[in-house]
Amino acid sequence: MSEKPKFAMYWSGSCGGCEIAVLNIGEKILEVDARFEVAFWPVAVDAKVKDVEALPDGDILLTLWNGSIRNEENEHMAHLLRRKSKLLVAFGSCATEGCIPGLANLAPLGEIFETVYHTISTDNPQGIHPQPVTQVPEGEITIPALKDRVYTLSQVVDVDYYMPGCPPESHQIAAVLDLVFQVLEGKAQLPPKGSVIGAGGSTVCDECPRARNVKTIKAFRRIQEVAPADPALCLLEQGIPCNGPATRSGCDARCPRAGAQCIGCYGPAEGVIDYGARLMTAFASVIDATEPEEIERILDGIPDPAGQFYRFNLADSLFKAGAPAFKHNGH
Amino acid sequence: MSAESKSSKPKVGVYICHCGTNISHTVDVEQVREWAEKTLGAEGVVIARDYKFMCSSLGQELIEKDIKELGLERVVVAACSPHLHEMTFRGASKRSGLNPYLTELASIREQVSWVHTDKAVATEKAKAVVAGAVRRVIQNEPLEEIRVPIHPDTLVVGGGIAGIQAALEIANAGFKVYLVEREPSIGGHMAQFDKTFPTLDCAACILTPRMFEAGNHPNIELLTWSEVTHVAGYVGNFTVTIKKKPRYVNTDLCTGCGICVEKCPKKVVDDVYEAGLGYRKVVYTPFAQAVPKYPVIDAPNCTYFQKGTCKACEKFCPTNAIDFTQKEEYVTIQVGNIILATGYDLFDARRVSNYGYGRLANVFTSIEFERMSNAAGPTGGNIVLRDGKTQPKTVGIIHCVGSRDKNYNNYCSSICCMQSLKFAHLVRERTGATVYEFYIDMRTPMKAYDEFYQRVLEEGTLFVRGKVAQVTNAARNEREEGKLIIQVEDTLAGKQRRIPVDMVILSIGMEPRHDAKETSHLFGVGCSSDGWFIEKHPKLDPVSTMTEGVMIAGCATGPKDIPASVAQGAAAAARVLNKIMQKEVVLEPIKASINEAQCSGCRICNGLCPFNAILFHEDRMVSEINPALCQGCGTCVAACPAGAISGTGFSNEQILAQIDGLLMDVNLAV
Amino acid sequence: MSETFEPVIIGFTCNWCSYRAADLAGTARMKYAPNVRLIRLMCSGRLDPTFVMKALASGADGVLITGCHPGECHYIEQNYKALRRYLLLRRVLKGMGIEPERVKLVWASAAEGMKLAQEINTFVEEIRALGPLGWNRKLAGNGHKVEEPALEVAA
Repeated sequence: MSEKPKFAMYWSGSCGGCEIAVLNIGEKILEVDARFEVAFWPVAVDAKVKDVEALPDGDILLTLWNGSIRNEENEHMAHLLRRKSKLLVAFGSCATEGCIPGLANLAPLGEIFETVYHTISTDNPQGIHPQPVTQVPEGEITIPALKDRVYTLSQVVDVDYYMPGCPPESHQIAAVLDLVFQVLEGKAQLPPKGSVIGAGGSTVCDECPRARNVKTIKAFRRIQEVAPADPALCLLEQGIPCNGPATRSGCDARCPRAGAQCIGCYGPAEGVIDYGARLMTAFASVIDATEPEEIERILDGIPDPAGQFYRFNLADSLFKAGAPAFKHNGH
Repeated sequence: MSAESKSSKPKVGVYICHCGTNISHTVDVEQVREWAEKTLGAEGVVIARDYKFMCSSLGQELIEKDIKELGLERVVVAACSPHLHEMTFRGASKRSGLNPYLTELASIREQVSWVHTDKAVATEKAKAVVAGAVRRVIQNEPLEEIRVPIHPDTLVVGGGIAGIQAALEIANAGFKVYLVEREPSIGGHMAQFDKTFPTLDCAACILTPRMFEAGNHPNIELLTWSEVTHVAGYVGNFTVTIKKKPRYVNTDLCTGCGICVEKCPKKVVDDVYEAGLGYRKVVYTPFAQAVPKYPVIDAPNCTYFQKGTCKACEKFCPTNAIDFTQKEEYVTIQVGNIILATGYDLFDARRVSNYGYGRLANVFTSIEFERMSNAAGPTGGNIVLRDGKTQPKTVGIIHCVGSRDKNYNNYCSSICCMQSLKFAHLVRERTGATVYEFYIDMRTPMKAYDEFYQRVLEEGTLFVRGKVAQVTNAARNEREEGKLIIQVEDTLAGKQRRIPVDMVILSIGMEPRHDAKETSHLFGVGCSSDGWFIEKHPKLDPVSTMTEGVMIAGCATGPKDIPASVAQGAAAAARVLNKIMQKEVVLEPIKASINEAQCSGCRICNGLCPFNAILFHEDRMVSEINPALCQGCGTCVAACPAGAISGTGFSNEQILAQIDGLLMDVNLAV
Repeated sequence: MSETFEPVIIGFTCNWCSYRAADLAGTARMKYAPNVRLIRLMCSGRLDPTFVMKALASGADGVLITGCHPGECHYIEQNYKALRRYLLLRRVLKGMGIEPERVKLVWASAAEGMKLAQEINTFVEEIRALGPLGWNRKLAGNGHKVEEPALEVAA
């Protein structure tokens, strides 16, 4: 067939940064356009959901899904695109691990609604609160209901590959696209299903140019308290809580190179089942204190440990959420 | 994600022991067996049996037969603690051709049947424990024992009676011993004593031949006035660094003639050997029979070192052996085994202020009395008061000073009752004084001890059962004027007594060396919060420690008398000889290793290993673990943020699977 | 409730001290609450916070971590690492809205069978008072649509 293979990219509970990262591959986007038929990509083309529904199952060769599963529509689309795609890639941190939207899992839904629609900084004089079903003169309007908590893509559908990053670095996206092109030409094999692609096999420290020594932490400090930080020395050793040691490599350690601590957007290293636990254990192990009071004093330097360790990964962690998220379930 | 990389689950055999009725009286073993077969069948259990005594040869044969006939690939034995029979069942597997590390023990006796009473609950818990073990064992990997060669030399630290005994045993067997002692002479505390109970042998008479033998033995290298500063390595292969403090005497030239000591113009109080009761010169040998005979110069008190003058010793030395320029020297030795026989310190009697030691002149400690009663001591063997001449007419001996006392040390110091009886005997024999002994209990258990007690009773020593409240010189009446008054509740008579005496002897307790904790860290052995070194098993293994290759002997492990110290020294030596004769030692293959590809070189693990097993390669920017030094604690495995460190025997997969198994019933209910 | 809540607790012991203490409690036939299921590690330093979170997320109501007293670790000082991880883990649990008291660190030497038994009994009662955590039930009972939180809509 001379037909070009189909390509789709879809966004759910996300920010749009992944789309921009894809576009940021520069002229290579023209190659994507040349090699693929873009069947469905809301930000870029005007295809409709019913067009996707009309396709035969498995007809889309490659779907890049970015965004977390926050509402019923997200889940519905995930099932739809899973059916219609040969390869479904969880693209970016929201899809692979929940990312920032996942932090909603620390609060009960009611509180989220309250914060969004009814706080002092919200311009909502009529106190309108969205409802799943609303009657209007023209008939009935429905909007998707929120799911009880934020889910990752693989928690609702079967996923073929994972591309971590918030967003995945453009050079990595380009590399993955090149691999796909090679596979299409029969020159390369796809990695085993379930693999993490577009990322390295180690952690950020592997790509970080800073000097490192045996670690003994006597205090944790915010980067502005340390400024100017030594640009050539490991940030963690300077007391700045850098998540680099536990975060998958692949981004070329952009943030530490630029003078900022890694916040962990590339997710866990290979084989790790709970990202936050790895950071916790690493930081705690190198604290230089043996008395509980001293240890607690040093730990006070991390005022929000749940945020520090699970900023991107909460929805994919062992707990998946904080206890308050389950409040409305009667549990 | 499932860790099952195998396409089919390995075949697991489960064996539930009744342990006679120890397990079966509380746990319904038949129910557990049936449940294991049915419910855990989905996990891979192909056979489940129960039997009265799994550890018996018949029990083990059940396992061996099943491995051979059913092709079992994993074995779970639900029985007693792995500390008892892990080896047994691993052996059964090994004999049948199954890697021994594919066998797990689930403790349903010590941790279930013996500690719970509700049978239904205990049975459910036993099932959970078995499920945990089954899920875990599926994740076990086959492992090979590690064999390392044993260096035939031995290090003995501490030249007291226990250390000397150990050194002689090993040396006589034909192997080299380094005997390190921090004082200028070997001999330890025993060299300070006068007579030893119950035989009243003169301590020096029985000790010095041993000291001499050790000092002259071709296989013993004495390193006195020396201390160990660094220990690296593991059983069979220790590298030890020893600091030889400068004697300022050239031992190649010194003949031990003693002229330097005689001519030295300066005296200081000898608060080590003479317990503060006498003097020594600044250049000195601690006592006449010192081994080696070479003196040392006490530099902080030496006129030459402090002011640059004198040098009398150098002037008079006939062989020019004095060398003020001597520096401390470090030597490094290789040994296969280490014996710690570092002895004890004594309780500081000043802490019990109500007994007046240090304030009231004629209150003496037991060690001071030993020196006093010793014929070669500062009083020439005369029992006299602090004035150096008056013989006491009444003496009070107080037991348990700083021992059996929650305010100081809670434990019993083992030898003080016998020591006090010995003092009573010596005082009466030499002075005819009236002697009172103030005791709580009389502890005279060993051979001929109680007979000694009876003898002292018959000799006329007076015994008062009661813990002395205070020793005071505040006289209340004429009878008490000029005396020390012992205030005590005589519990047998049922009344308070004030007993005026001339001299009080405090039987002070034994304590661990003040630097015992540092020593334990240096050698990597455990040390209790008291400070005594911890033996591997208090009943069955009193001279080994949890650290392979390091033994302990004598009072360093806890208060004991001379026969026990000697026995332990010999026992530790036997252990060492045992290892040397085997030429190699088998180590458990519980080790950590780093996946280099996954290691980012963050170095977070680098500071976590007390055994220095983790190295960092600057060139490759990765860390690496030396399996020879790795002790298998798993701390680095738990710390690695990249998940790059794995540990055999206790892998993440094994433990996570065990957690799953233990919570299986909780999840079935959901 | 017609039935008393029986907590299920996972306990981590170290091979040299606290596991032996548990054995000692057994040999001495000391009776204690059956709610704790023990896992043997070589050292409390092996304790990965992942294990604690796995246990709690999989249905345990509490986790007891035991090891040698500070200064008495068979591997010299690894129990200090366990202490530091434990203190940080508690803070994270609190941040996740889980009572930090559900995880407890107790030191017990090989001779302290009685102490360990008592600590187990105490901890079981502490967890009983906190009530079930039931995280596995929380996770399993989801996926269903939730009613929108009812809030007054101003006219």
